[in-house]
Amino acid sequence: MQRIGVFVCWCGSNIAATVDVQQVADELAKEPGVVYSTNYQYMCSQSGQQMIQEAIKEHHLTGIVICSCSPRMHEATFRKTAAAAGLNSYMVEIANIREQCSWIHKNKEEATEKAIILGRAAIAKVHLNAPLTAGESPVVKRALVIGGGIAGIQTALDIADAGFEVDIVEKKPTIGGKMAQIDKTFPTLDCAACILTPKMVDVAQNEKIHIYSYSEVESVKGFVGNFTATIKKKARYVKEDVCTGCGLCTEKCPMKKVPNEFNQMLDNRTAIYIPFAQAVPKVATIDPNACMMLKNGKCGVCSKVCTAGAIDYTQKDEYIEQQYGAIVVATGFNTIKLDNFDEFAYSQSPDVVTSLEFERLMNAAGPTGGTLLRPSDHTHPHTLVFVQCVGSRDISGCGKPYCSKICCMYTAKHAMLCREKYPDTEVYVFYIDVRTPGKNFDEFYRRAVEEYGVHYIKGMVGKVAPKDGKLMVQASDLLANDQLLIEADMVVLATAIEPDESARSIATMLTASMDTNDFFTEAHPKLRPVESPTAGIFLSGVCQGPKDIPETVSQASAAAAKVIGLLVKDKLTCNPCVAESNELMCNGCSACEKVCPYGAITYSDKEFRTPYRTTIMRRVASVNPAVCQGCGACTVACPSGAMDLKGFSTRQIMAEVDAICK
Amino acid sequence: MEKNEKELAQLIQEISGLNPKKCMKCGKCSGACPAFHEMEYHPHQFVDMVDRGDVNRLLESKSIWMCLTCFACVERCPRDVKPANFIEAARLALIRQQGCNHLKDEAVPPLLDEEMPQQAIVSAYRKFKK
Amino acid sequence: MQVEETKEFKPTIVAFCCNWCSYAGADLSGTNRLNYPANVKIIRVPCSCRVNPMFILRAFQRGADGVILCGCHPGDCHYTTGNYYARRRMTLLFSMLDFLGIEKERTRVEWVSAAEGAKFAATMNDFVATITKLGENRRLEDIRCKKQ
Repeated sequence: MQRIGVFVCWCGSNIAATVDVQQVADELAKEPGVVYSTNYQYMCSQSGQQMIQEAIKEHHLTGIVICSCSPRMHEATFRKTAAAAGLNSYMVEIANIREQCSWIHKNKEEATEKAIILGRAAIAKVHLNAPLTAGESPVVKRALVIGGGIAGIQTALDIADAGFEVDIVEKKPTIGGKMAQIDKTFPTLDCAACILTPKMVDVAQNEKIHIYSYSEVESVKGFVGNFTATIKKKARYVKEDVCTGCGLCTEKCPMKKVPNEFNQMLDNRTAIYIPFAQAVPKVATIDPNACMMLKNGKCGVCSKVCTAGAIDYTQKDEYIEQQYGAIVVATGFNTIKLDNFDEFAYSQSPDVVTSLEFERLMNAAGPTGGTLLRPSDHTHPHTLVFVQCVGSRDISGCGKPYCSKICCMYTAKHAMLCREKYPDTEVYVFYIDVRTPGKNFDEFYRRAVEEYGVHYIKGMVGKVAPKDGKLMVQASDLLANDQLLIEADMVVLATAIEPDESARSIATMLTASMDTNDFFTEAHPKLRPVESPTAGIFLSGVCQGPKDIPETVSQASAAAAKVIGLLVKDKLTCNPCVAESNELMCNGCSACEKVCPYGAITYSDKEFRTPYRTTIMRRVASVNPAVCQGCGACTVACPSGAMDLKGFSTRQIMAEVDAICK
Repeated sequence: MEKNEKELAQLIQEISGLNPKKCMKCGKCSGACPAFHEMEYHPHQFVDMVDRGDVNRLLESKSIWMCLTCFACVERCPRDVKPANFIEAARLALIRQQGCNHLKDEAVPPLLDEEMPQQAIVSAYRKFKK
Repeated sequence: MQVEETKEFKPTIVAFCCNWCSYAGADLSGTNRLNYPANVKIIRVPCSCRVNPMFILRAFQRGADGVILCGCHPGDCHYTTGNYYARRRMTLLFSMLDFLGIEKERTRVEWVSAAEGAKFAATMNDFVATITKLGENRRLEDIRCKKQ
């Protein structure tokens, strides 16, 4: 039996004016288990707290009920008070008789009666309280960043700046991501490589950052502060620490007809390659699908020309296990495949290109050296048609239902650059809506129309048909209510973007939740936009939703700030009010595991004793207290009643219900 | 007409089973339409007219009979609005009203093609003459 | 409902409020001195998804006349998805209660955010008025629990 003390607060006249505090204290003193009951002007004051502490010691109280203001106000205060007197801080219950009683009721008799009932409910609950101790778990002071695009780079740099070790895992041979492929950035039109490559060099030179390029995260175990990741370093058949990046091998390699991914397949590379001149790490990689030596053992030119002796045809995939305190997801995006959009003749004509391909065509380091030429016959195009929303805002199932956000601006940029470099071109942009929210964005778009004379047409292209080396573009002009037929030299499709195909498997690995479009969901859409609901997982860049470079960078830094906030702690104090499974009652049905938004529940086979000295193996649930946030969804889902929430147990809430309904 | 304009628009929506509100006015349907220049009102306008309940003009227009029902607009529509289905529904809405046939009986014979199979003519009559 | 509908009838109403939104909303209606009847007694739960249908049955068994569950607005749940679970569970429970003869009006789910003190008070006033009109609930009551 608990020995309970009741302390009724007057809160000056805030409570005492409408509630007869003396009567409340007297009535509650009659409740079973209550050994001490009193009232005082200000319980939260120094002397009030002292009074509580003395009473705890003097009456050997095992639980206290404080009838005062909202627990949201002073629960923490009174818990500390109890702890200072040697009572477990979770043996304190608050009856809210100010915000939810005295302040809303005018009739003193009614309010007093309600205060007594609320006090009874709190007493009934505290009877069933058990001392809880907040667990602690250590924090490994190292962060993992998955993805080495601008988001991953910025996050890693910021975390390393604070003095923590960071590993970047990038599946391509170089970091840099999509931004490295881009020509110019809107709305300032500065060159993307000029602002990105110094950052890549910073990453390479930072002692705290380790880059695992051409690597993938294979598995992740553990929980916040204590993840264990297995990283697969794919065999690149070149010794990373020996290769000087001179590029001699790439010149001599006889296998010269391999499509170049970095240039969006618009030209070819060799089987041994360095993606681009400023690659980090600047190390060659052999494409095992193209290399003759690896395929049938006949070649070996690269190993002969390599003066450093870096080529190693026998290299194998390597697995590295590493511990991390926090994981940042920065997996980025890809443009969607255009298989469902035959009307734009993308597969029929090389002159129909996606915007990312167009970026490469305009890029000085691209396949045409920065001169805009038609991919089909390498002639100068005179009429260009840009089509917006290709695959975006599409609910028919062919594309993506969301707005890809960046297309309006990059199309304006492309159109503007075209007109600037080649004033003899006619540029048409077909749009549904032009969306330019952002600093200097609308001004930029208007400049494209007003100063550069780009023809913006409200309408959509219905059909593109290649005819005699030209592209016949049939489109509607909704403002003129007309159908146009434009003879174009090139068509550029503002293709929708989608999360990288690796995102879903990574989310599964991390038990991070995703939306139906495979974008990672944030812990709170407004207030916790860079955290995943799973503790210790942070989101950076487009993996969370479409965004442009400035937004990506600011989100990346925000994620870094959150990671630093986690890593500076030596130990994490866990919320002790977490779910707990009673293994004797659990039947292993997995209902709780499915509703848990945090992936805190795992199953394992456990041996149980049965009569006659036999044992059986049963599958039972266990909750990781470091991951559980204490929502209680599992407790209701559990059909056998094995799952319960500490601090808000089924019995406690039932006791409150009983006390109120009595 | 027996029904008022709003009811007719409602009827067209019911027959088509589609929601014109989903349309985001991109105009891809009109961009794709091969019969665009034959029509007074164009596919994107059909949808808008049905949505606004402004259908009398549409039903009186020849446009709805000019649609080839090639389904280019249905195929290309990114919003699943399917303008051709509205046009078909508009035709049905007209046909369902007795005496509101597109052509009068006596106007038909001169239009007939000699090479058209008899059976096709008879079944067309069955369908449209009620 | 054979109870004489006198003005004396004061229903017992149990309100389950989630800690993050609705309980804060209830506090706010107190801070703003927005009145609602004293019949409403609030039980704090971490999330609306913590509310087991059993709690509601228990409340009716012990003589409650109405039960209301308040949670964060859909999409705003502190635990991301808790209120969706609550919504589904309550939909099922309420249709079962309806089948048992407990009027639909006696049970309610409301979304009240931490900023909606006025909504909380208005909701409670409306709910109490509805229950008062319906009269005492005896359908599930366990007469052994009844205080004579």
